Amino acid sequence: MAQATAKAPTHNEALFEYLLRMGDNSLVLGHRISEWCGIAPALEEDIALSNTALDLIGQTQMWLGLAGKVEGAGRSADDLAFLRDAWDFRNLLLLERPNGDFGQTMMRQFLFDAYQMLNLEALKTSSDQRIADIAAKAHKEASYHLERSRITVIALGDGTTESRTRMQAALDAHWPYIGEMFAADAVDIAMTHAGIAPDPASLRPAWDGIVLPALHEATLRVPDGDFAHRGGKDGVRHTEHLGHMLTTMQWMQRAYPGATW
Amino acid sequence: MYAQMIKSTGQGVKTLDEMEPQERAFQERIDAGGKIEPKDWMPEGYRKNLIRQMGQHAHSEIVGQLPEANWITRAPTLERKAILLAKVQDEAGHGLYLYCAAETLGITRDEMTEQLLSGKAKYSSIFNYPTLTWADMGAVGWLVDGAAIMNQVPLQRTSYGPYARAMVRICKEESFHQRQGYDIMMKMAKGTAAQKRMAQDALNRFWYPSLMMFGPSDAESIHSAQSMAWKIKMNTNDELRQKFVDQTVPQAEYLGLTVPDADLTWNEEKGGYDFSQPDWAEFFDVLKGNGPCNTERLAARQKAWDDGAWVRDAMMAHAEKRAAQKVAAE
Amino acid sequence: MSSSTPEAPSRSGEWPLWEVFVRGQHGLSHRHVGSLHAPDAEKAILNARDVYTRRNEGVSIWVVEAHRIAASAPDDKGPMYEPSNSKVYRHPTFFDIPDDVRAM
Repeated sequence: MAQATAKAPTHNEALFEYLLRMGDNSLVLGHRISEWCGIAPALEEDIALSNTALDLIGQTQMWLGLAGKVEGAGRSADDLAFLRDAWDFRNLLLLERPNGDFGQTMMRQFLFDAYQMLNLEALKTSSDQRIADIAAKAHKEASYHLERSRITVIALGDGTTESRTRMQAALDAHWPYIGEMFAADAVDIAMTHAGIAPDPASLRPAWDGIVLPALHEATLRVPDGDFAHRGGKDGVRHTEHLGHMLTTMQWMQRAYPGATW
Repeated sequence: MYAQMIKSTGQGVKTLDEMEPQERAFQERIDAGGKIEPKDWMPEGYRKNLIRQMGQHAHSEIVGQLPEANWITRAPTLERKAILLAKVQDEAGHGLYLYCAAETLGITRDEMTEQLLSGKAKYSSIFNYPTLTWADMGAVGWLVDGAAIMNQVPLQRTSYGPYARAMVRICKEESFHQRQGYDIMMKMAKGTAAQKRMAQDALNRFWYPSLMMFGPSDAESIHSAQSMAWKIKMNTNDELRQKFVDQTVPQAEYLGLTVPDADLTWNEEKGGYDFSQPDWAEFFDVLKGNGPCNTERLAARQKAWDDGAWVRDAMMAHAEKRAAQKVAAE
Repeated sequence: MSSSTPEAPSRSGEWPLWEVFVRGQHGLSHRHVGSLHAPDAEKAILNARDVYTRRNEGVSIWVVEAHRIAASAPDDKGPMYEPSNSKVYRHPTFFDIPDDVRAM
């Protein structure tokens, strides 16, 4: 909340921003996971990852579709996905980070799934019925993603010397990006006051309750320090990776404006 | 279809009278439309041929993921992205079903994978062609899956039970694939000038490679005759190719696209089209490894296999530790 | 007429093969739907959800390691010499075959 130079958002602006965060988290992570299609470590994992990506793309359509309605400027979910530049994206930095090896992908998935499942659980009782409806569907999917990523992280942490080393490196690399999930800003506060969404900070104890025992079971060491990179969910400072992702993702819409596909 | 140039190991087709009683009973069962199941007696040539054919089919599905996955991250809308991803996921599933079916013949999936990576086992020539524009997603679905269906539908009646059952499952999903491909082509053919150009270009590049998918003429081949007697091959390559052309040309006309064959004409007498053969020298080059993408495709499979080794090992090691703990606790 | 194969056929390090049985929402008994590979039963169930049910709710999944299934085996002498319509050759239908496919 330091350097607060912008004026407080109106309710509708905050709601739009919040929906972009939900939609962009799904969009960006869904895109990353879809990059695994065809090259996963085993056919069963390949198929499962595609299911996860498909769920996330479906959630993107719902969240960004609602965002477009709330904005009221006639933009569709596709317009929002394919025609915004990086500074208008509102996803967590964690999710735009490159996939790395399978261990890094699954560790990122686990850390986010735990947060997402809890957030969606809370959103099921949102004062905005449209949000509650989307959350009800997405929560079932997120719960399954979490079950799968949790079991995978435990297996890979506990598995072999090499796998433990890789998973510890993955955890260490992602850890500075955890804090952004739980840091509330003006948008979050407005949503919390309106009864639309939970205070992100309130999700942390339950998140710890899911994540820490699993990391222990995975024989991994929780990194020291709580330094947190910021700049994704408010769009102030994304990583360099997002621009490259958008260059790929938005290529067709940018190269052939106005065409119907 | 995804199985090209399968050479049977037999020495030509024996008559029933030339067979020993066991083999004769086996052949009579096939002739009567019966199924051979994993534990049944079967000639060694039948088993070997099936492993080769089903392996090649499975490998084609897995390698075939690559040219389409090439466009998942560039799909032009969220819906197209989801449909394409679901389709490529289906191909992984088809590979999985086929590997499992082949495993009933006494080979493991890892062994088959190693055969693919070493070059000992082949996959369909079509997947060694590049996908250069979004229209190629349409052309692959429409033409490549369309050609595959020609072969796969009759294989639901193949004599080997697990193979036939896998094909039933696969065929249920394939028609969605072809339809989504044609749908992409329809959108583009009715779209902007650039989209039409893209669609025509895709048809130009994929037409002859699609015709090659059926393999060279095999009407005189003793290998084909044996496979057909065993009902692991149901039609000659030429029959299927003719059927494919007859079905596809009107679809191209509907799209307003031109099939790249100046000699294509309707032959009233035979009730089918006369058409030009693909360049078979190119086909054999591709089979030998000289297609536009052979190197990239195999390298991608090799990298995925190598990169995934630590994951497969770690999951197995974890499972074994768990099992040991459970035993110790009892 | 029954034989079991207690030896796991897979090579060391390869995930074992599992047979998957699914009971749908309509209360019919579990039905064999296919096979897959997984390191253990827990993962086999998850994989089965992803591969064979696409995660439909309300389904119950059984998995069993393929090599633990005891199966009847055709006798060396008899079955091959009987006519093909003998009941010896009847097998469970593991997959639904749609009517239009049957007609082909």
